[in-house]
This record gives sequence, structure tokens and C-alpha cells, in this order.
Amino acid sequence: MLAHLPVLQVIVPLLAAPLCLFLTRSRLVWVFALAVSALAFLISCLLLQQVMSSGTIIYELGGWEAPWGIEYRIDPLNALLLLIITGISTIVLLAAHTSIQQEIPEERHTFFYILYLLSLAGMLGIVATGDAFNVFVFLEISSLSGYALIALGKDRRALWAAYQYLIMGTIGATFILIGIGLMYQMTGTLNMEDLSKRLPEVEHTRTVFTAYAFIIVGICLKLALFPLHLWLPNAYAYAPSIVTAFFAATATKVAIYLLIRFTFSVFGLTFSFTALPLQILFLTLGLLGIFAASTAAIYQKNVKHLFAYSSIAQIGYMIVGFSVSTTTGLMATLLHLFNHALMKSALFLALAAVVYRIGSVQLSQFHGLGRQMPFTMAAIVIGGLSLIGVPLTVGFVSKWYLIMAVIENGWWPVAVLILLGSLLAVVYVWRLVEAAYFKPPLPGRDTIKEAPLSLLIPVWILVIANIYFGIDTRLSVQVTQAASMSLFGVSP
Amino acid sequence: MWMLEIPPFLPFFIGALLAGFTRGILRNIIMVSIPVVSALHLWTVPEGIHLQFAFLDYQLMPYRVDKLSLMFGYVFHIAAFIAIVYSLHVRDTLQQVAAMLYAGSGLGAVFAGDLLTLFVFWELLAFTSVFLIWARRTRSSYVAGMRYLIIQVLSGVILLAGTLFYAAENGSLEFGHIGLEGIAGWLIFIAFGIKCAFPMAHNWLTDAYPEATVTGTVFLSAFTTKVAVYALARGYPGTELLVYIGAAMTCFPIFFAVIENDLRRVLAYSLINQVGFMVVGIGIGTALALNGAISHAFNDVIFKGLLFMSMGSVLHMTGRINGSDLGGLYKTMPKTTVLCIVGAASISAFPLFSGFVSKSMVMSAALENGYDWIWLMLLFASAGVFHHAGIKIPYFAFFAHDSGLRVSDPPNNMLLAMFIAAVLCIAIGIYPSALYSLLPYDTGYNPYDATHVLAQTQLLFFSALAFVWLNLRGMYPPELRSTNLDFDWIYRRAFPQALQKIFAIIEKIDHAFRQTFLANLNLCLIFLSRRHEGVSILLSRTYPVGSMVLWVAVILAAYLFLSFIH
Repeated sequence: MLAHLPVLQVIVPLLAAPLCLFLTRSRLVWVFALAVSALAFLISCLLLQQVMSSGTIIYELGGWEAPWGIEYRIDPLNALLLLIITGISTIVLLAAHTSIQQEIPEERHTFFYILYLLSLAGMLGIVATGDAFNVFVFLEISSLSGYALIALGKDRRALWAAYQYLIMGTIGATFILIGIGLMYQMTGTLNMEDLSKRLPEVEHTRTVFTAYAFIIVGICLKLALFPLHLWLPNAYAYAPSIVTAFFAATATKVAIYLLIRFTFSVFGLTFSFTALPLQILFLTLGLLGIFAASTAAIYQKNVKHLFAYSSIAQIGYMIVGFSVSTTTGLMATLLHLFNHALMKSALFLALAAVVYRIGSVQLSQFHGLGRQMPFTMAAIVIGGLSLIGVPLTVGFVSKWYLIMAVIENGWWPVAVLILLGSLLAVVYVWRLVEAAYFKPPLPGRDTIKEAPLSLLIPVWILVIANIYFGIDTRLSVQVTQAASMSLFGVSP
Repeated sequence: MWMLEIPPFLPFFIGALLAGFTRGILRNIIMVSIPVVSALHLWTVPEGIHLQFAFLDYQLMPYRVDKLSLMFGYVFHIAAFIAIVYSLHVRDTLQQVAAMLYAGSGLGAVFAGDLLTLFVFWELLAFTSVFLIWARRTRSSYVAGMRYLIIQVLSGVILLAGTLFYAAENGSLEFGHIGLEGIAGWLIFIAFGIKCAFPMAHNWLTDAYPEATVTGTVFLSAFTTKVAVYALARGYPGTELLVYIGAAMTCFPIFFAVIENDLRRVLAYSLINQVGFMVVGIGIGTALALNGAISHAFNDVIFKGLLFMSMGSVLHMTGRINGSDLGGLYKTMPKTTVLCIVGAASISAFPLFSGFVSKSMVMSAALENGYDWIWLMLLFASAGVFHHAGIKIPYFAFFAHDSGLRVSDPPNNMLLAMFIAAVLCIAIGIYPSALYSLLPYDTGYNPYDATHVLAQTQLLFFSALAFVWLNLRGMYPPELRSTNLDFDWIYRRAFPQALQKIFAIIEKIDHAFRQTFLANLNLCLIFLSRRHEGVSILLSRTYPVGSMVLWVAVILAAYLFLSFIH
């Protein structure tokens, strides 16, 4: 049983999705989906433990040996991602039943859970697999179900946003496919491990350069790197709140994983950073993203838009860490990946609670909520502090490592810019605090009550995680350190 | 021994929590007892590091006790106690909680043994104190509080940046001597400087303190700048630059204080002036000078608090604080008048009052170390202090022309608080060795020798003479209602205007650029649509998608181009 864990991680949610069709009652499907997600979380915990104690796990699908068959490879990086995805998915699902009652018509609840599980399975598949073409397949599974999930949003603009995302996502996936195709043409293999061995023989050819460029652009589109981020704000804003919370914490993270995997493992560090002036390119785009998106966030009237732009800025931080291309830099990226998942899921889930009570996330509707929904707003404030990077929250830990990495490289101006970027975060978080705590409640709003416990409990689990991992950094630091060391080929 | 491990900020934070849930007499008892209990506890704590743990790769020491931090710890307890007594009549929970948290943060900062803990309390000082300003609940206090907060947070961010560099350079976060070597030293210096109200960075103080509530200002005057003085004394003793910065700080506020009408703002300027003396002392850096700086900080907390309390009483009872609206109050507020004069005498450093025993140390140290010009500047500043704080404050509030206001002395708790402060001012002035025994260095200094007393008395009398003469001749600057902007003009007027202009230009360029781009794109589309009418409608309707795809194409082209030319 334990030997089959890598494939079970993907197969369980994938098979569970169609089973939902047999359970027609909304509550029943919810319990089932929650159980499946919790099981996936358990599996990922076991996998992480196994990887940390005994190194990379290799699983051959159907018993076919690697270059011919598909293999699943779990190293610390994969295990970390699997843990993040399943953990967030489980906590978000905990709140789903209450939240979607307000946002999705009853007869579509079953479809919602099916799509959710498919999307989860897709993301887990992308991370778990060691086969480049398999990545594309799972990418399509997670993306197609993702488009449909976003289109479920109550707002009519959700359809339009999903359509935009569909086009952009398809272009991204196609680019990745083109890249994989070109690599296959040159090497005749699709296995990542095998690719990394065979690519150096042909790495001076234009085809490989082109393959790399296509893959990088495709991935950058998926991870919403500035200026390829345009699809993200609307998709997040108009999707059902639960979907936003899930995607904001996981979808872009999976894309970052792909970026790291292809750059470090498949193409190799030396090729990746010499084929393109990747360092300066990503540094510039990352910093531009931080400033442009944070500034945009300041001017948003819709709070979901605000946090969506802030997500783009946070991706900028991860990309800056990536561009440093040292173990510390990569570690900062991975830490921020972990921490940002915690922050954003907490924030968007708290917004789901706000939507549940007042049906809107316009900033002007937040007036006086600090008194009427004290626990929800406190959660948003703590999430916001974490976003800024205040000590005792997770945001501080990753910013700390990021700045350390930048300073180690002697890029002092970048360190200053990163800190300035945090100041912009102060401004947009402050706008929310000002509206909620310093403005009197809107007329006719005296009856607003605190969100129900079924929403508050998941929100606060995430908020407490935000604080806990900000103080006790052993787990996150250990795993990310192991992951970045193994990517650089240094034994820890 | 577990008691040792309770850092002093903890009782205050617990007190804040309790104050949030209790009301009336119970809350008053809790609030008054917290500083008393905490001070008694602190008295028993020996020097050393009492709390430490590992965070990331560093050793954090949130509770380190030595003579320097103890000195500030004591005076912060005294200040907190006095200010709490002074604010016992306040019913506003927000203010009481914020005040307790603020005092606790100040204590946390002075006992912080590493830079990271210091940073946490540094920011907490900003976030808790701003509520004392906002608690006045006026538009102008909100705006001033916002400006205050931004500058304070900025100082914190710079401190964090400096800390990061420091950690990278030294591999440790211990807060000891830092010095101006390297970028870390400079960044931390700037951060301390902002909070210490260095010239050009002082505006948050004169801008925000007078906008705070009556009781809030008393708290504010005690902690923020003194924490910065402490931090400078720990990190940068003997940095010569500080001597000149401090001398400038003592002199320039005088000019503004003389023309200022809001009497609490006059005190805010004189606060900068007093901090200047401490900064000079730290800059000289000898045992005597440091003793002087620290003991002056100790005394300043008390006498400046007393002056702010007396002006607060006037504001509380009359609702006015402008010198032009006040006068003649001594008839009905005799006790406040007397207490205010004690404070004024202390700040002016009259012999037998507390200011004298500490300020003279800094000045002697300046002379001993050959800073003659600095000594002269300090002398001028002393005369100036006497002028605006020693004479102007009591004169315009309680004497001068009769404003016709007939209000009584403030409530008893306010009087009691002022009385305690006044007693301390006189007691320290008469018996300075009690204060000296607490100082970090033993210098055997005696303030009461003939030269000191004579020089200071002469100075005071001639300066008083000047005031009387100018006033009689009608040449003294009249008290006018006006907003005096000094350096803040740069960011309150010039910056916004410049920014608006820049944005207007950027928008124009951006607009023109996009227009041409769109026009070109349209041309392409028209070209396409000649063949397919349907395509044109589809494309124009979903234009945003088009622009996204365009970006993708641009980026891909750029990547390909870059990798091929490589």
C-alpha cells in the first residue's frame, strides 16, 4: 500500500470525481469530497515524511521502466507542493458547503464538487509526474475544470472572465506543448530525468532554444507573471469565493513549480541561465510586477480585485527570489510559495465569509464591518499583516529570506525596492482597515451578524497557521532547504 | 526565579487587555497598580539576559537588563504612572488601552537585546501611539495622525532594512555598539534619527503631538523620542556627527517656538530642543557626556511631562490652547500656575531644579572636549529655552492680557499627577546624587560649584531681561493665529503639487502612446476585416483578450530574439 502512495495521491481524487454523480444530495457530495481531499492530504503527509527520511521516491506506472513508461518522481520539492495543494484544498472544502449555498444554484452543487476534485487531481498530477507529456495532460485536466469552476460564479461577468482565462490558458498550454514537442523531436524522450541527460548533447541547437522559450512563456502565462497577468484579476474576482480561495493558493503555485522543474531539472541551471539573460529578465519583470500590481491594488474598488492584484505582486517576489538563482534565493521563493498559499487562502476565505453575509466585496460595502463581523475582519487584518510581512507572521519569514538572498548576491538596491514594495502593501491593506474600522456602518445594515462557524473555523485555522508558521519555522525552512539543495545538486 | 523572566512590557500588555474589558473604578485601580507593581518588580531584577530563544538562525534576546536600559526602564515607569494618574478621568476605552500598549512598547524597546525585537517594538510604538492622536476624533487629528504613522512606519522599515544588512554583515542580531561603518550602520542611524526628530526629519513631532488628546500628548512626549535617544546611546555613542546634529537640534526650534501660537506646539519644539542636548551628549561620548545625556533624558521625561500636563489642563478646562486666546488664568487656576512654573523653571535649568543638574553635565563635557563653538550654541539654546518654554508658556497662558476666562483648576487626579511630577523635579534638583547613583558611569560630578551656578543664573537673568524689554517695547512677535509650516512645506505642499504635475505629464504621454498604438492596431484590424466582417466584430468585442495575446507574442518574440542573439 505504502509503495503505491505516489499514484494514489493522483488517482484517488481523479476517480472520486465521477463517483460524485451518484450522490445527488449536496451535503452528501460535500462530505464525500471533503473525505477524499482529506485522504489526499494524509497521503501527501506520508509522502513528505517518507521523502524527508529516505530520499526521492520513484514509482513506475504499470511496472513499465522509466524512459518507456511513465514514472512518478517525488522529491522534497514535489512533496512540499503536494502538501500545500492538498492541505489548502481540504481546509477550503471545509467551508465550501456553507459558502456555495449562497453563490451557486442547488442543482449545480454536484457539478461544482466534481470539477473541484478534477481540478485538484489535475494539479496533483502535474506535480507528481516525472513525464513531460503527462504534465501537459494534467495541466489540461486542471485548467479545463478550472475554467468551468470560474464560470460558475454568480456574477454574469464570470462567464466572460472564464472565457478570457480559457483563451489565455489554452495559449499557455499550447506553448508548453509546442516546447515539449520540440524537445521530443530533438531527443526522442519525454521522461524528465531522461531529457535532462539527453538535452546537453543537442543544447546548442536553435530548436532547443526555441523549445525553452516556448515553455518559459507558456509557464509565465500560467503563473501570471507581469505583463502576462491580465487574465488573473477578473478570473479571481468573479469566480465563486471558494474557487478563488482554492485557486489563489494553489494554481499559480503549480505554475511556479513547473518553472522551477523545467529550469533546474530538465534544462539544467547552466543552460537555462545562459540561453536567455534569464536573471536580469526575471529580476526586472518581477520587480515591475511588484510595483505595478501593488499600485494597481491600491486603486481597486472591489476587494477581490485588490487581493488578486496583490497576488500578482507576490508572484513578483517569488520570481525575484528565483532570479537570484542561489540556494538561498530558491529557498526564499519556495518559502514564499508556501507562505503565500497560507495568506491568500486565509484572506479569500475570509472574503467568502463577507460575501456570505453581505453579498458583495465592494470596498464601499465594508464600512463598519469591523464591529459587525469582528472575527472575520480580524482574520482579514492578520492576513493583511502577513501580506505586508510583519514579524510573527509567515510573510516576515519569507521576506527575510528573500532579502537575505538578495543581499548575499550584493544586490542592495533590489533589497531596498523589495522593502518599498512592502510599503505599498501597507497602503492597500490600510484602505481595507480604514473602511472596516473607521467608517460608520452603512444605513440599513444594523442587522449584519458575524459569519457562521462553518466558515469562521476554516478561516481561523488558516489564520493561526499564518502565525504558527511565522514563529515555528522548522517545518517550512527544513523542507524548502532540502528542496532547494536537491535542485542545486548539493547534498544537505 | 520564574518571576525574573517576565519582561516589563508584559504587565502593561496584560493591563491593556484588562483595561479593555473593565470600566470605572475597577479599571482605574488596575491601571494605576500596573506601573507600581511592574516598577517594584523591575527594582529586584539583576542585570543580565533573562530571556532568549532562537529564531531562524539567530539568537533573540527580548529581555536584556543593564544599567543603561534600567535607567530608561525606571523613568518610563515613572512617566507611565504619572500619565496614567493624569488620565484617570478619561472614559474613552480606546485611549486607555492604546496608552497602556504604548507604554509597554516603550519598555519593550529599551529592554530589547537584539535588533529584531527592537524593530517589533519600534513599529508597535508607532501603531499604538497613533490612536492617542486619532482619539481626539477631529478631521485634522486624523490627517496629522496619518502623516505621523507613515513617517514612523517608514522609520521602522528603514530599521528593518538596516537590521537585514547588519545580520548579513555580522551574522548576529545583537544590539550593541553599531557605529557608522557600512550601509547597515547608516540605515539604522537614519531610522533612529527619524524617531529622534533630527532636523529635517522632525516634522512628525511638531505636526502630530499638538493634535493628540489632552492626556495623549503627555504619553507621547515621554516615550517615542526617548526610546530613540536610548537607541542612539546604545548604538552610536561617541559618533562625532551627532554632536553637530544635536547642536542644530537645540538651536533651530527656538525660532519656530518663538513665533508659534499653539502653546502645545511650542512645547513640541522645545522637546526637540531638549532632545538636542541629549544627542550632543551621546555624540561627545565620554563618560560624563553620556551620563549627562541619559540623566537629561530622565529629567526631561518628567519636566516636559509636567509642562504638557499643565498646558493640557488649560486646554481641558478652557477648550483653547492658542496663546492669543489665553491669559490671566492665574486668578482662577492658581495651583496649575504654580505647578507650571515649577516645570518651566526645571526646563530652563534654574539651579535647584532638575534640568540644571543634568544639562550642565552635557555642557561641561562639551567644554572639556574642546567643542567650544558647540558650547556657545548650547548656551544660546539654553537662553532660548528659557525664553520660549520658561517664560512664554506660563506668561501667555496664565498672565499677559486678561482673556476674561474664568475656569477653575482641573480635576484632582490631574492636579495630583502634576504635583508628583513637580515634587520629583525639585527633589532631583536639590538632591541630585540619588539620580547620579543610577547612572551607568561614576564620574563624581558635582553640579553645584560656583562657576556653573553663576553662569547659569547670569544667563537666565539676561535672557529674562531681553524678554521684558522686547515685550515692553512691543517688539516681541505677537501671537497670531496661523499655521506655521517649516520643513513640512516640502511634503505637504511642494511634493503633492510636483507629483500632480508629473502624473499629468505621464498620463499625457501614456495616453498619446496608447492612442497611436490603438490607431495602428485598428488599421491592422480594418485590413483584416475587409476580408472577414465577422472576425472584426469578434475581435473588437473581446479586445482585452487581444491585448493579452499581443503581450504573449511580444514576450515570446523577445525571449526568442534574446536567446538567438546570445
